[in-house]
Amino acid sequence: MTTIRASGCPACAAAPAAESLARADLPRARVLLSVPEVHCAACISTIERDLAKMPGVNSSRLNLTLKRLSVDADAGIEPADVIARLNALGYDAHELDAGTLSMTETERQGRELLMRLGVAGFAMMNIILLSVAVWSGADGPTRDMFHLISAVIAIPTVAFAGQPFFRNAWKALRAGRIDMDAPISFAILLTLGLSIFETLQSGAHAYFDSVVMLIFFLLAGRYLDFRARAVARSAAQELAALEVPRAIRVRDGVESTVNVAELAVGDLVLVRPGGRMPVDGVVIAGQSELDRALLTGETLPVFAGEGAVVSAGEVNLTGPLTVRVTAAGKDSSLHRMADLVANAESARTKYTTLAERAARAYAPTIPLLSLGAFAVWMYLTGGDVRVAINVAVTTLIITCPCALGLAVPAVVTAASGKLFRKGLLIKDGTALERLAEVDTVVFDKTGTLTMGTPVPTNLDGLPEDARRVALALAEASGHPLATSLAKGLRDMGLRPALVSDLAEVPGYGVEGQWNGARVRLGRAAWVGADAVTTTAAYLSLDGLTHPLTFTDQLRPGAEEVVRALHQQGAQVWLMSGDVPGAVQSLAERLGIKHWQAEALPQDKAAKVEALQARGAKVLMVGDGLNDTVALSTSHVSISPASALDAARAASDMVMLGRDIGPIADALRMSGQAKRRIRENFWQSGVYNAIFVPVALVGLATPLIAAAIMSVSSISVTLNALRLK
Amino acid sequence: MEVLTILIPVSLILGLLGLGAFIWTLRKGMYDDPDGDSQRILTDEYDDKPKPVDKNR
Repeated sequence: MTTIRASGCPACAAAPAAESLARADLPRARVLLSVPEVHCAACISTIERDLAKMPGVNSSRLNLTLKRLSVDADAGIEPADVIARLNALGYDAHELDAGTLSMTETERQGRELLMRLGVAGFAMMNIILLSVAVWSGADGPTRDMFHLISAVIAIPTVAFAGQPFFRNAWKALRAGRIDMDAPISFAILLTLGLSIFETLQSGAHAYFDSVVMLIFFLLAGRYLDFRARAVARSAAQELAALEVPRAIRVRDGVESTVNVAELAVGDLVLVRPGGRMPVDGVVIAGQSELDRALLTGETLPVFAGEGAVVSAGEVNLTGPLTVRVTAAGKDSSLHRMADLVANAESARTKYTTLAERAARAYAPTIPLLSLGAFAVWMYLTGGDVRVAINVAVTTLIITCPCALGLAVPAVVTAASGKLFRKGLLIKDGTALERLAEVDTVVFDKTGTLTMGTPVPTNLDGLPEDARRVALALAEASGHPLATSLAKGLRDMGLRPALVSDLAEVPGYGVEGQWNGARVRLGRAAWVGADAVTTTAAYLSLDGLTHPLTFTDQLRPGAEEVVRALHQQGAQVWLMSGDVPGAVQSLAERLGIKHWQAEALPQDKAAKVEALQARGAKVLMVGDGLNDTVALSTSHVSISPASALDAARAASDMVMLGRDIGPIADALRMSGQAKRRIRENFWQSGVYNAIFVPVALVGLATPLIAAAIMSVSSISVTLNALRLK
Repeated sequence: MEVLTILIPVSLILGLLGLGAFIWTLRKGMYDDPDGDSQRILTDEYDDKPKPVDKNR
């Protein structure tokens, strides 16, 4: 739905009554938000109840499965307003682009599969009802009539519900391949044909129940598979939608918001404080500081004045900057990085999943086995085609991979559902299996093991006056150091001092008048202080200067995750673009033995490659642009939701919450999932080993075929649910 | 055995009714948020009555 968010009603401000009249005609806006932390009934009612009270909001609905909030509001409501409201309630929320989220195609596919599943289920129940009578001894015209009714139900059901298999098989056969769907379609059609023939000949055995049951269980597997993949796909779309790529273009003094793709070299772009550089360029007006953590891993903001070269992805902190575009779109540094990623990805050998390996071994065996049975029985019976075909078809039904079709999707669905509840989104279907093989974990520092947000460390050493002045100054700025300083001081229960004439000098700091003297909070040189080695802001007051030092806050769960990984026997590396001092202190604090500082993007990728060349399976966890190449080089990769979109796109899984702890869980659970998948293959293999000989010697009846099929399918599903 | 001529159509019609109901729930989007639905049952708000009139209107 397109939304027009300009204030749609100029008259409203003048005449409040006009608003209520005009409201009915106003265009509605649909705001879509991702709310990763919702998990319970209380969350639903808190959020929906609160939003119902928000003026301008007509209705809101929280989808707990997708952790997505959709708000139906008047056109004047900005997503930012709703986000602020949710933040006040204590929930993190991100805006989603409704355009990228038009999930109609996926939804339609899902519904179609579910519909076929429902039809197959209906037919299966009715036919089995009739079959029970046949199994328990109905014969003669009664049996023939039951078979006939079954046929009338089964034929349209196969025609409708079996379509996905026929379509895939046809596609594969035309391309000269044979996949799992070809023997399935062959089995379905042959069994149906034989059953119709037997019915018309008043034969004793018809397999309508088996055909429909086969379709039902296989569709159930398909649907589970689809669900797991749809969640992954919607996650990928959601992440793409997280970053709405827009820029403010200035042309002839007029500002307009345009798509980044429309920008050309030479355009002027205004980047407000808090905004992200959409392009590479040169600053032509304004002064500010830039946060380059996502590009380089540096924690300290960098000063940017006129003439400074900026690259896409940097975050502007304090003052507005006007930037002349030097490279946009494909030429920008963001895109060059994306090309590197694409190269690394194509170099990564395609991973063969367990299911693919099983199918490859299994698909040709089925028709061969039944063909063999046919030939042998033709010979044994001296040319009785009917008996031979009967045996061949029972073999086909029993070998048909009902349980195999469920073996992988059931486990993957159970595991990804559990991980999603812990805040991990699996983007790539094979990621879970690859994760199970990991023995080395490489972490990035800034933004991954740490929050990338500073916390003040030496506030206790400051005199009371200095603290209160610092608070007043800090609250006048949007700089991250200032914000965290203000928060730290407020948490100590302080009130700001009365500082007048507060003014922010972009790129330098904040100054004001206190007790008739000038006070400043900002860079060392500007304040007149001697710089210390760690991250710090400086306060000048009464002719004295005080350095206020900061440290990067650890991401919640960081200590636990490193400890858990060590316990699981994994090797842990820390690799950062930051200075050695900061990296070493973090490594020691977390007990990480291997670390490397001042690593360039290529260094990180090279290290990952070197580790993998030695036979290690590397899990890379990172959030910055400097990690993207390493993320796509590694065996499997995870990035936090706060990461740059390029990094998220390059990784296989995304961590939605703030806590990094789920990574250890994911590693453990993936190992468990892989074991379950193996067990499932073994189980269905054992069933086949027992019953294929029974079928080959011609002892299998429709009852036995139906029983094996359901017992093995159900036991495989139950085994998948044992995941913890 | 004449009873079968009634019972079989009856069972088929009942089955079809069930299938129809399933298709209806599917079309109404009742399977879009299974997690949410299992939680919503715990809230003490009822939505089986018209929404209270918005005071702003």
